[in-house]
Amino acid sequence: MNDVATAIIAIRGAKVSFGAVRALDDVDLRVMPGECVGLVGHNGAGKSTIVSVINGGLTPHEGTIASDGEQLERYGINAARARGVRCVFQELSLCPNLSIVENARIMHRDLGGFRWRTRAADVIGKSLDIVFPGHDIDTSQVVGDLSIAQRQMVEIAMAFSDAGIPPRLVILDEPTSSLDASLARQMLDHVRRFIASGGSVIFISHILHEILETCDRIVVMKDGRVVAERPANGFVHHGLVEAMGSVAKAQTGQRSVSGQTAAPVILSHRMADIPFAARKGEIIGLAGLAGHGQTKLLLALHAARSSNWLPERNPLVTFVAGDRRLNGVFELWSILRNFSIASLADMSRRGLILVGEEETKGADWKRRIEIRSPDMSNHNILSLSGGNQQKVLFARALATRAPVVLMDDPMRGVDVGTKQEVYEIIRQEAAGGRTFIWYSTEMDEVCLCDRVYVFRENRITAELAGDAVNETNIIAASFEVAAA
Amino acid sequence: MKFRLSSDAVRLAIPALSLTLLLAAIFWLQPRAMSYGGLNLLLNLAVPIALATIAQMFVMAVNDLDLSMGAFVSFVACVTATFLKDAPVIGILILACAIAAYAALGVVIHLRKLPSIVVTLGMSFVWAGLAVLLLPAPGGQAPDWVRWLMTVKPPFAPMAIVASIIIAMFAHLIVMRCSLGVLIRGIGGNQRSVERAGWSVVAARAAAYGLSGFFAVLAGIALVGLTTSADANIALRYTLLSIAGVILGGGEFIGGRISPIGAVIGALTLTLAGSFLSFLRISPDWQIGAQGAILIIVLALRLTLNRIENREKLQ
Repeated sequence: MNDVATAIIAIRGAKVSFGAVRALDDVDLRVMPGECVGLVGHNGAGKSTIVSVINGGLTPHEGTIASDGEQLERYGINAARARGVRCVFQELSLCPNLSIVENARIMHRDLGGFRWRTRAADVIGKSLDIVFPGHDIDTSQVVGDLSIAQRQMVEIAMAFSDAGIPPRLVILDEPTSSLDASLARQMLDHVRRFIASGGSVIFISHILHEILETCDRIVVMKDGRVVAERPANGFVHHGLVEAMGSVAKAQTGQRSVSGQTAAPVILSHRMADIPFAARKGEIIGLAGLAGHGQTKLLLALHAARSSNWLPERNPLVTFVAGDRRLNGVFELWSILRNFSIASLADMSRRGLILVGEEETKGADWKRRIEIRSPDMSNHNILSLSGGNQQKVLFARALATRAPVVLMDDPMRGVDVGTKQEVYEIIRQEAAGGRTFIWYSTEMDEVCLCDRVYVFRENRITAELAGDAVNETNIIAASFEVAAA
Repeated sequence: MKFRLSSDAVRLAIPALSLTLLLAAIFWLQPRAMSYGGLNLLLNLAVPIALATIAQMFVMAVNDLDLSMGAFVSFVACVTATFLKDAPVIGILILACAIAAYAALGVVIHLRKLPSIVVTLGMSFVWAGLAVLLLPAPGGQAPDWVRWLMTVKPPFAPMAIVASIIIAMFAHLIVMRCSLGVLIRGIGGNQRSVERAGWSVVAARAAAYGLSGFFAVLAGIALVGLTTSADANIALRYTLLSIAGVILGGGEFIGGRISPIGAVIGALTLTLAGSFLSFLRISPDWQIGAQGAILIIVLALRLTLNRIENREKLQ
């Protein structure tokens, strides 16, 4: 095919896996000169991974990369940059302690030599003027002093700036998330100008109408695979949402809702649009794209219900952490210690731990949630598999007397079998009157919940209950645009 | 657009203000200090401390911490008082190797992802051991050119002030004006974005540590020039003094936020704080504690200003 010969970048059969997780599974992607490709998909669809492959930061475990008809054996960051591949990352990636000019120096390696400051100021200033005409950013300012929107503007201008190697393929990963409507319009206009002059853009956004009106071709990803690829005019808003979800599975994991609306409200929180409330015995899901305020709400709920100085006698909430290594396990401690730390107050008298009681309780929970270890008190927590470590963290939370359990995407990287076991425990505990507030990035888990709040930009945009909790509705609400 | 002080200027204002206040207090207590000779006496011990502070600053720029600074400066002082005096070629060779060792440390710390605190704490025993091997008892002699350099009497301003200005300008040139300095600070600010732009972070970190070693060597030489002889424990205080100097001068432990001019001012402030307390006739028993109190006051002042600044930014 002639396409491969002229494509700026052509990826064939790329496979990437992180441990057991298949991040990319046989992905083909081709970007032609003068083309804007839209990339959409829900959490963990593999968008960021394919971006890392294109910009050279990640070498696929299998598959080939070709550029301008040339098969590239050694493709890395510098090879990508030499071919004019630029990237605006989702998380802001400027150095906050440096000025805009100095950041330009870092971005453009061949700007060095005497009087580089003048040249760098020239390059970035010109680019800012072109992309965002009428901006009021002084390029000698330190990035840390800029507002979030200004930082994003600088980052976008940086990607389109030309210092020796002109940009040919610019990857924009959620570039408009902190720009207001008029700035976003300026940027999209520039993208069209850039395309018209022969450049290429890969555009990732959760604001679907931006994608639909800016892109020439739209690629839909799901679970590390490309599931749909069509010219943009072949999609309509609704069709795009459907393509991102899977075909509705005949799986009714949800409990029958019985008289829950009558249960007393146990926890509530004031939010901007829709207030958050949790009833006794409910399983509440927090859904939406990752990083849109779900964890913030969990932390706020926890902070509001626990005291700062002394542990409370009868805590209302307990927390199951998502990032095990970061804030879950005590790596040097035994399984039993890791389990009992949250409820030590219940197992001690006059400040001394009752060893016997700790052991009985530990053995009890070991049996109930089937922690696979011969000995709780002599084995280190790290001797367990990841899934079993997560079970210990669950047991830690459930063993407390707190009636509300906050869960911050705790099933990340846990195998399917363990997940099913934990789901069962959660159902039992909920039936016994415990409330679960569950942030999850996995659609199957969210669909288990009685009621779901969908988040977008730190707000709750939808509240779904009962039969309305399904993939299509959740995706639609996560991608919904306020202004559309 | 309304005029706003950049956060860097605010950062520098506090160390400058505290130095001025201290100087004013000293002059008020002891007007005779307000002379060429008086100022030199007050400040000449600040020169090696300023150099050590700059050295520490390079390490702190890449989000690391050097706990071997004092031991290393002592080691350099011992080399200066022995080899550099008797066999200059070997002396220079040893010092060059020491700088290379510092750069190598930076590489090891980066490649093996080791905590710099642990590695440099370990190295401090190595440097201290080497220093004791060189000079088991206090002794040695400063090379004549070093002695001359540290006692020279330039017109208008005493040596200590001229040297401080030169050190500050030189470090400012490297750190704030040239590309290498931008790269080093960039690593402290956001290492991933530096990597994504295609730079070699290992090389930059090695350069930061190498520069640190270089300035620490200068600090050791300058110290011997003042004391005329050396001792294996001569500069042990420098580890904490240099860290305090960087922080006093507006630097931060993480985030690549450093200021070379501020660091030199911080070193001067620390030195003056000691003299100020002597002039107040505070007994030596209480001086260390009082010095700590001054440090806490200055840092508290800065935290308050930072908080006000952040609040303004949010609005």
